[in-house]
Amino acid sequence: MILAIHWSHAAPAMTAAFLASLVEFVEALTVVLAVGGVRGWRGALTGAAAALGVLLALVAVFGPALALAPLAWARLAVGTLLLLFGMRWLRKAILRSAGVIPLHDEESAFATETEVMRKAGAVGRGFDHIAFAAAFKITVLEGVEVVFIVIAVGAGGVGLMVPAAIAALGALLTVVALGLVVHRPLARVPENTLKFIVGVLLTAFGSFWLGEGIGVAWPGEDWSILGLIAGFMIAALACVQVCARSAGHKGAVA
Amino acid sequence: MKLINTIIAEAIAIFIDDGAFALAIVACLLLVAALVRFVPDAAPLGGLALFIGLAGILVESATRRARKTRW
Repeated sequence: MILAIHWSHAAPAMTAAFLASLVEFVEALTVVLAVGGVRGWRGALTGAAAALGVLLALVAVFGPALALAPLAWARLAVGTLLLLFGMRWLRKAILRSAGVIPLHDEESAFATETEVMRKAGAVGRGFDHIAFAAAFKITVLEGVEVVFIVIAVGAGGVGLMVPAAIAALGALLTVVALGLVVHRPLARVPENTLKFIVGVLLTAFGSFWLGEGIGVAWPGEDWSILGLIAGFMIAALACVQVCARSAGHKGAVA
Repeated sequence: MKLINTIIAEAIAIFIDDGAFALAIVACLLLVAALVRFVPDAAPLGGLALFIGLAGILVESATRRARKTRW
């Protein structure tokens, strides 16, 4: 099956899944570290583990179900959702790069969550349900986006589900390993640059698959994806400069 | 229950956080679909129309948001 994968699809799909997962798991790690540090690790880690179980179940249920749908319909549905998702990410990354909205700050998020956990009441002797719920919620919320990307990428291209899932799992293991080593929020990960790249990749994928679904004849067929990636990257970088000027800042992708 | 409602609301928000932006994207898709479906020999132009439409929506929406910040 792996040999049948077209690498013009697989390479950008794996890159998108890995980078998007990295960003989401870094954000989840920040909150889990804050929860564990204040309220204890048992509730925090149990909540995060339970959430990962839910996310795996979602992939296991929806992945094969979408793969059973006719490819044209799957691409139409998945292409539309990928476009809405990818363009939303890309727009936000452009605005952050242009200085219109502030960059996401992991240290600040960690401090905020730590304060929230401290105010949530005293830690009892038994199982801490507050820690469980907080860790469960953040891991599910951040992980749902990863699940969507893996399922969407898998449904849009034949044989892409496994490479996308492997890439997402690789990102999870990377973040967990880094979290165990540094034991602090991963504030030095260039989140906005990663979101910018992922936004471009998903917008290009969404455009291509949706186009296939509505009957567009792409020049160069599958290789058009690379043209779309280049086109959306150029448009997005130009947009950063325009937005920075409009808002009165100097723009730079951070 | 509150936790589940929050998760569902957030799951919807991963696709739509600016209604006008999402609506413009869907309108562009429908226009290109109509072009490809009803205009003879338009299928090769559909890809270009889709790219120009979506890139235009992205640039217009982000620029409009940036202008709001300034004023």
